[in-house]
Amino acid sequence: MAIEVREVSKRFGEFQALSEVSITVADGALTALLGPSGSGKSTLLRIIAGLETPDTGMVLIDGEDVTSSPARSRGVGFVFQHYAPFKHMTVHDNVGFGLSVRKRPKEEIRDRVSELLSLVRLEGLAERYPSQLSGGQQQRMALARALAVQPQVLLLDEPFGALDAQVRAELREWLRRLHDEIHVTTIFVTHDQEEAMEVAEQIVVMNDGRIEQSGSPRALYEAPANEFVMSFIGPVNRLGDAFLRPHDIQLLSEEGGGEEALVERVVHLGFEVRVELKLGDGRELWAQVTRETAQQLEVQEGQILTVRLPAPRVFAQAG
Amino acid sequence: MSSSSGGTLTVGAKPSGRLTRRGRARGGEATTLGSSRGGRLALRTVALGYLAVLLGAPLVMIFYRTFEHGLAPVWNAVTAPNALHAMWLSLEIVLIVVPLNTIFGIGAAILLERGRMPGRTLFGLLIDMPFAISPVVVGLALVLVYGRAGWFGDELAAQGINIIFSVPGMVLATALVTLPFVVRETIPVLREMGTDSEQAAETLGARPWQTFWRITLPGIRWGVGYGVVLTTARALGEFGAVSIVSGRIEGQTQTLPLYVQDRFENFDTTGAYTAAVMLAVLALITLLAMNLLARRANKKGGR
Repeated sequence: MAIEVREVSKRFGEFQALSEVSITVADGALTALLGPSGSGKSTLLRIIAGLETPDTGMVLIDGEDVTSSPARSRGVGFVFQHYAPFKHMTVHDNVGFGLSVRKRPKEEIRDRVSELLSLVRLEGLAERYPSQLSGGQQQRMALARALAVQPQVLLLDEPFGALDAQVRAELREWLRRLHDEIHVTTIFVTHDQEEAMEVAEQIVVMNDGRIEQSGSPRALYEAPANEFVMSFIGPVNRLGDAFLRPHDIQLLSEEGGGEEALVERVVHLGFEVRVELKLGDGRELWAQVTRETAQQLEVQEGQILTVRLPAPRVFAQAG
Repeated sequence: MSSSSGGTLTVGAKPSGRLTRRGRARGGEATTLGSSRGGRLALRTVALGYLAVLLGAPLVMIFYRTFEHGLAPVWNAVTAPNALHAMWLSLEIVLIVVPLNTIFGIGAAILLERGRMPGRTLFGLLIDMPFAISPVVVGLALVLVYGRAGWFGDELAAQGINIIFSVPGMVLATALVTLPFVVRETIPVLREMGTDSEQAAETLGARPWQTFWRITLPGIRWGVGYGVVLTTARALGEFGAVSIVSGRIEGQTQTLPLYVQDRFENFDTTGAYTAAVMLAVLALITLLAMNLLARRANKKGGR
């Protein structure tokens, strides 16, 4: 179901969490709300879920104004950052909770739960308690629990934030595939640009309670609307008012056709090599080159290289 | 009464206490007091010695003096009509007060911890008052309000309702004195639990009442349980407030503690000691019941 947020504002005491935020999410889309902490992304998600009421503005799900309906009747599945497991219930009872409060017959609940547990690959753990599961398993249980009531909309608050790097990478990939399978409109909150780029079809970049830009990962990367988006999505060099992507900087061994620069440090990160440079006028920047290029140039500290800078991006000063 | 293994719940141990203890055992690197072998031994000796002097010796003495002359006099003392009446009255008061204060306590804890009502601090202070005020003062205050010369005393007496010098007054006094226990034990557990799981239940379609029964109440059951144990123990043992409100009419408004004092003042030491042992046994049963419940729930998993 499509989601529309119209000019929503929210204040917590002195803190303006959201100022007149509007977004539209198409039916079946997988969208990321991306921003630093305090940017209002979680508040926006909670307002869509009905866990928070906006001071002004409207929330529409499938064209219907749900601004004043309680969370329980919005048809949303919500996955909390720390999974919010019901610790005194088994995995089965956790996942079946939504059906059980709807007074569905026991057999129906059992069937649906086992179907969901195999979807999230937790077969055989139905009788365990949440404390007996790993973080990643708890996360998948929380997801199954949210999906059990067949929500129109799935909302996830920093879904992978509390997991270690490897599990996080696996779950990202898995969420992506799950979304392809069940096609429920999904919004997830993250502060990790890589996660947003990898998983989402559409990214909404937020900062200071406002939306900076929204669009496909590629569009945001290639045509950032402003400084903030440029520096939040992907690495960036800043030379005065100009912004450069490190991988757009060309390094050459022969003279001419560019500025001279001193190699200050070389960092090998596997396939990628980071070369930290100092230009003749003292400005510092770093270039991202492949391992091959680095080998060809025989890059090492103290070396003088020629640097060819791309046309830098300059943003009009935001008012 | 302490258990050395970390897994079983010590009688009267707070749930939050269990968690920190487990956490410390795992993070063994910190050199806290009691982490070294010698330090642990010394700490244990001091703690047990303190308990022995404070609690053990007097308890042992009471049991010893009670059974000093064999079982027959004890049996006679237990089955004395006034002793039995005192015990039933004590239990009756407990059975009325504990459910009342449990319901009130859970409600007040949720209001204080989750609510946004103005004057919360004042409300919290009021609930703590019985901790601060001497029970005797509580008793006197009740007499002033409900007694013959009190505010409603005359009107109530005209309707044939007696509160002072009868059971309703004693229930009131006991309820007042034990008011804070459930509230104060529930609030920290409620805070630790957080609101996430309740909100999760809400998004899954649970109505507020369903969320309370299925999520909130099971989540705070340890705090509530501990509060109930404290309330029961205190209600059984309450002396000051009940003493004033009851009028201490033999065989009518005498609870077990009042009976103990009555026997003691009448130089019936066997009667006094026996009644004291009855009180101690009732308290022990309360603690054991709680411990059993805790153990069963522990086995079921969860927390």
